[in-house]
Amino acid sequence: MSKYTEEHLKEELASKEYEYGFYTDIESDTFPAGLNEEIVRAISKKKNEPEWMTEWRLKAFRVWSEMTEPEWANVHYEKPDFQSVSYYSAPKKKDKYQSLDEVDPELLETFKKLGISIDEQKQLAGVAVDIVMDSVSVATTFKKTLAEKGIIFCSISEAIQNHPELVKKYLGTVVPKTDNFYAALNSAVFSDGSFCYIPKGVRCPMELSTYFRINQGGTGQFERTLVIADEGSYVSYLEGCTAPMRDENQLHAAVVELIALEDAEIKYSTVQNWYPGNKEGKGGVYNFVTKRGLCEKNAKISWTQVETGSAVTWKYPSCILKGDNSVGEFYSIAVTNNFQQADTGTKMIHLGKNTKSTIISKGISAGKSQNSYRGLVQISSRAENARNFSQCDSLLMGNECGAHTFPYIESKNSTAQIEHEATTSKIGEDQVFYCNQRGIPTEKAIALIVNGFSREVLNKLPMEFAVEAQKLLEISLEGSVG
Amino acid sequence: MTMLSIKNLHASVEDKEILKGIDLEVKAGEVHAIMGPNGAGKSTLSSIIAGNENYEVTEGEIILDGEDISELAPEERAHKGIFLSFQYPVEIPGVSVTNFIKTAINEGRKAKGLEEMPANEMLKKIREKSELLEMDKKFLSRSLNEGFSGGEKKRNEIFQMAMLEPKVAILDETDSGLDIDALRIVANGVNKLKSPENAVVVITHYQRLLDYIVPDFVHVLMDGKIVKSGTKELALELEEKGYDWIKNELV
Repeated sequence: MSKYTEEHLKEELASKEYEYGFYTDIESDTFPAGLNEEIVRAISKKKNEPEWMTEWRLKAFRVWSEMTEPEWANVHYEKPDFQSVSYYSAPKKKDKYQSLDEVDPELLETFKKLGISIDEQKQLAGVAVDIVMDSVSVATTFKKTLAEKGIIFCSISEAIQNHPELVKKYLGTVVPKTDNFYAALNSAVFSDGSFCYIPKGVRCPMELSTYFRINQGGTGQFERTLVIADEGSYVSYLEGCTAPMRDENQLHAAVVELIALEDAEIKYSTVQNWYPGNKEGKGGVYNFVTKRGLCEKNAKISWTQVETGSAVTWKYPSCILKGDNSVGEFYSIAVTNNFQQADTGTKMIHLGKNTKSTIISKGISAGKSQNSYRGLVQISSRAENARNFSQCDSLLMGNECGAHTFPYIESKNSTAQIEHEATTSKIGEDQVFYCNQRGIPTEKAIALIVNGFSREVLNKLPMEFAVEAQKLLEISLEGSVG
Repeated sequence: MTMLSIKNLHASVEDKEILKGIDLEVKAGEVHAIMGPNGAGKSTLSSIIAGNENYEVTEGEIILDGEDISELAPEERAHKGIFLSFQYPVEIPGVSVTNFIKTAINEGRKAKGLEEMPANEMLKKIREKSELLEMDKKFLSRSLNEGFSGGEKKRNEIFQMAMLEPKVAILDETDSGLDIDALRIVANGVNKLKSPENAVVVITHYQRLLDYIVPDFVHVLMDGKIVKSGTKELALELEEKGYDWIKNELV
């Protein structure tokens, strides 16, 4: 038997194929490639949007046209050619399905492969699923139960049609259309996404869940999510995604806006598993996401994310702690393998008095990947007694990957208390041997060690998601032992 | 019946020969002690039996229960009944004592084609064995070896041994870092786990542990070879006269 070295470990890690690499052949309605005002108008028209929405998109487009891509992140990639991307793709069947029988069987098959068959999901008490396939929402469940409580959970397109007053009031208030290059692009061309409104004092009785997928070759995906928790309400929102294997790089630029009004709480959990590219670093999704939440007085927003996919990730779920006593939390696990690059973290902007934020970031790097944590803690001059605790831990596997930490702290108030802790460790041969000696094979041992390392964050995920996330961690880091 | 048989074992690390022909026969129901000065190769021997690949076996065989295991992976040896209580147990942050032992047991069962151990059975077993080692309940939910005292680490090793029920348990310097109370608890645990179906190999520098775990045979390892074997009286003699006595005798 050969000696187990880091070389073997690296080989194993490199040989993990993308589990969800399949492609569904569904007829799509796809726009020609390229972006100009006409395309923006056409998207808006296709979606039968009111004039104000069309104008909103056009304004965003004009701003975007003047912007250049940000280059400050610690990632290197060939920039997408924005004129070769098609900005709209919808499965051809336009009518909403009355029952599952009417849904394209091939689509259902796809969901089954992903392990998220709607049948199962329907029966899973407490989980309502709004599935976004490519760009158009094709199935929404549990609507009735939610409607009884006055909760609105639908696609953003439907919300624009049916609840224009809410969309008009809040869309772009947390992430302005001019915020950054990708947010502006998204604002101009967003295809669909989810909308959620929880009325005053209502505690949403189930976890709201959306699965995103990229399906059509060469189409960009521009999701737009808007979650509004009215005064004293509570909602837990789950977002998960897996994408089929594609050769060319695919662009994903989503915007998520959360609004937690007085005394409200939003828990937003993400499991991200976009196609990371093959082990030579070819292909994979570019994930440039803007996620931000606004907390009014006594409100709380928790972001929890498990990031295992994408070739390039650029993502900083943030909290603006505007109201006094508001709380922001960020719990993150980011895994990179092979040639993946991730630059992810958070911004905690303390504006109100007695605001509190917690940041727990766990980065796991393997192969030749680069994993960066980038975080900003900003305390404004009127944020008396603001408190922050940050902990950034990195775990390295092998000698060719990198872990980087870029913490930025800006405090303009002397009463602020800011703590930052950071550690870097390596999976040791002695740890693996210890597990082996107890009868635990190397693959399982690595999974165990990684899960242990990620424990604090996994514990923050809702139960059903935690199991999935744990599985994903194993999938991302293990291969068959050769 | 012979449980563990080591024949003419030679091993080296980075071309330096550390074991220079070890022969050892351990029968079921027996306790063997291997003693020797620092650097004699005691820990190397235990690591090699467990399958640590940092050492290269250049010659010889390791036979467990009639089967040559010297080409097997460490986890396969574990599944067949080899257990090593480490001198320096490693920390695995975020993995609880319970979760770790549960995984170890179920991986062993999987290798034998068995279903996972039912939760209630697992719980019962954990309770029983942790009581045997006078372990606090809270201890079971702590991260494996993280922040453990020397005594807690060794007690945890023996707890795992109790849970895994190996055929051959090798205790590598289990007494190091233990105060007298912890030593008594650990030794007591080992004694209760002894049976006519298993065997224990105690590796130690001092004879202190052998007051509690009484060996049937004592072997002296020096410079990669077993130079003298005897009964438990040999350990006392070593304690009294030191290792130089044997060295002189050999010359």
